[in-house]
Amino acid sequence: MAYDKFNILTSTAVPLPIENVDTDQIIPARFLKATERKGFGDNLFRDWRYNQDNTPKEDFILNNPIYGGEILVGGKNFGSGSSREHAAWAVYDYGFRCVISSFFADIFRNNCLNIGVLPVQVSAEFLQKIFGEIEKDPKAKFEVNLPEQKVTILATGESESFDINTYKKGNMTNGFDDIDYLLNIKKDIQEFAENRPI
Amino acid sequence: MSAKKTLFDKVWDSHVVHQIENGPDVLFIDRHMVHEVTSPVAFLGLKNRNIGVMHPEKTFATADHNTPTINQHLPVADPLSANQLKMLEANANEHGISYWGLGHEKNGIVHVVGPEYGITVPGATIVCGDSHTSTHGAFGAIAFGIGTSEVEMVLATQCIMQPKPKRMRINITGELQYGVTPKDVALFIISQLTTSGATGYFVEYAGDVFKNMSMEGRMTVCNLSIEMGARGGMIAPDEKTFEYIKGREFAPTGSAWDKAMTYWETLYTDDDSIFDKELTFDGSAIEPMITYGTNPGMGMGISKSIPNYDETQGAASSYKKSLQYMQFGEGDAMIGKPIDFVFIGSCTNGRIEDFRAFASVVKGRKKADNVTAWLVPGSHKVEAAIKEEGLLDIFTEAGFELREPGCSACLAMNDDKIPAGKLAVSTSNRNFEGRQGPGSRTLLASPLVAAAAAVTGKVTDPRELMQEVVAG
Repeated sequence: MAYDKFNILTSTAVPLPIENVDTDQIIPARFLKATERKGFGDNLFRDWRYNQDNTPKEDFILNNPIYGGEILVGGKNFGSGSSREHAAWAVYDYGFRCVISSFFADIFRNNCLNIGVLPVQVSAEFLQKIFGEIEKDPKAKFEVNLPEQKVTILATGESESFDINTYKKGNMTNGFDDIDYLLNIKKDIQEFAENRPI
Repeated sequence: MSAKKTLFDKVWDSHVVHQIENGPDVLFIDRHMVHEVTSPVAFLGLKNRNIGVMHPEKTFATADHNTPTINQHLPVADPLSANQLKMLEANANEHGISYWGLGHEKNGIVHVVGPEYGITVPGATIVCGDSHTSTHGAFGAIAFGIGTSEVEMVLATQCIMQPKPKRMRINITGELQYGVTPKDVALFIISQLTTSGATGYFVEYAGDVFKNMSMEGRMTVCNLSIEMGARGGMIAPDEKTFEYIKGREFAPTGSAWDKAMTYWETLYTDDDSIFDKELTFDGSAIEPMITYGTNPGMGMGISKSIPNYDETQGAASSYKKSLQYMQFGEGDAMIGKPIDFVFIGSCTNGRIEDFRAFASVVKGRKKADNVTAWLVPGSHKVEAAIKEEGLLDIFTEAGFELREPGCSACLAMNDDKIPAGKLAVSTSNRNFEGRQGPGSRTLLASPLVAAAAAVTGKVTDPRELMQEVVAG
C-alpha cells in the first residue's frame, strides 16, 4: 500500500535511552492477534507503559505529558528480536514518523521503511547530544530532512548526516511501494521462475 | 577462471532477478512458509490490490504461534486466536495454498515441519514472517525472517527486495566437551558477539564442530543466528544433509533428485573466498551455557558468576535494569538458584534429539515438586517419535506430561504463560522481559540443562547428573 510521503519533519522528540529495546517490548506477542492493521498504538510499549491492572506507570516516558512529538529516540540496537511488523505499526499508529538510534536491528529497520516510518541512524556521540538536548529542554525541536539526509538539533544548529539507499529514499519521499515496483517487472520474474531448478 | 565465491554468494547471486543501482536486489524466493500471526494483513493487502498469490505451489501454511497445546481436538477457546486461525485457513483455501492447520497430521512449528517434510532443501531461498526462519540455513539454504509487508510482497510476486548483507564466517574448531550441545555453542557465540554483533551480516558456520554436528543440531545453531543480529546463518550441505532429505515427502525424486544433487554438490565456499568478517573459537573451551539477563547475549558458562557491569559491553543503566528485572545481582552464581518452570520445546529445541537429551537426564529420576514442566513437541511427527521410542514412558515415570505441538511458552501467545515473577529454564530462543508471559523471568539453556533443573528444582550443571548415569 502506498503510504504518506516523508520529506522534512520538524518535531519535538520522546527519549528512550535504553539499549537493546526488543520488539517484544515495543509490542508484546499477546497483542498480535488482530487480523487487520488497527489500534496497535494503544499497546505500544504495553508492559513498560501500564501496570498489570492497566493503570499507567507514572515513571514511563510515554505517560509523562511533558514529552511528545513525532520522533522517538532510542538507545543502541533498537528493534532487535522478532520480525513482527506489528512493532513498526505500533510505533506509527501511536504517532511517530521517525525513530532515531545509533543502531537498528535489520528486520525492524526494513519494516519501518516499508510502512513509512523513517529509521535514522546517527553516531553514538550525536545520539547522546540529542538525549542531552531533550533532557535540557523537553520541548527542544529537531529537524529530520530526508531529501538532504540530515538531522539537526535546532537549538544549537548541530547536525549530522545519515545513510539511506537511493531507492528507499525515493520510495519514502514519494510514498511509493515495493510491490508496485515488483508488479511492473512481473514478466522478468515469470521468466526467471520458469528457469528455476526447484 | 571464475571468481572465488562463498556459499552465501553462490546461493544469493543465483536468485537475483534484477539489481537496482544503489538499492536492493530483487531476490527470487523458492519457498515461502506462512503462519497465522504475520499473514492476515498481507492477504488483506492482496485483496485490496485485487491480485492473487503468484506461486501457491511454493507457499506452505501451518498454524503454530497461537495454537493451544492441550485439547487440540476442542474448538480454540480464545476468540481472537480462533479468528486468526480461521482466517489463515480461509486465505490458504482461497489461494490454493497447502494448509496444515490444527489437528492436521503434519501440523507443527513452521521451522520444524519444513525440514521434516523435505520442503527445506540446499541452495534454496526460504522466507517466512518469523525471524527464526534462519533455522533452514542448516541445509545450505538462504533463509530469513521478513515483515508482513514483505510477506505480501512474496505472495504477490514471489520476490523480495533486499540489500545484499555482508558475509561473516564463524569457525568453531576442535571437539565439544561431554554435555555440551549445539544450543550451548549458539549461546556461546551470541555471548561473544552480543545481540547486535552480526547485524548486517549473513553468517556461515564452519569448522569441525559443525561438520560433526547432526542436522537437528545445525538447525538449532542456525535458528539462533537472528539472536546475534544476523539476517541468517547457513552451513554448507554435506552427505549428512543429503541423507536427511532423501525420501522425505516434498524432496525431489528420481531424475529430479540427481539433478538437484548435481547443484547441491557445488554449494560450498571456495577456498580463499573473502569474508567481510571472520571469527574463530575453540569448541573444546565451551561449557554448558545459561543466560542471566534479558537478552540472549547475556549468557555465560553455567559454572560462572554474573559479571559486573564494567566487565560487559554496553551501557551500565541498561545492564542494571536487566539484572533488576531478573532479580539477580552482579557476582551471583547461577548454580543453585531455585526455579519454578521448565519449558522444553520451540523451533530452537523442539525436535526429537532434544527430547532424547531431556530423557537421558530425567530417566530414573523424578520431577522436582517445586517445578512445573511443559514438554511441547515441535510437531506431530516429533510427538509420534517420542511415543514410539519409549521416551513418553520415561517422562511419565519421572512425573512429566507431554503436551501437543506448537510454539507455546516460547512467546506465550496462547495460554502457556509463565506467571509474573516466576523463573523458568527454557530451551527456547528469547529471554526478553515478559517474553514468556508478562513479568516472567527466563533462563535460556539446552535441553540437558533444562532436564537437570527439572529434576533438581534449581539451576544445576547437567554433567553432574550425566556422570552418575555413565558411572552407573
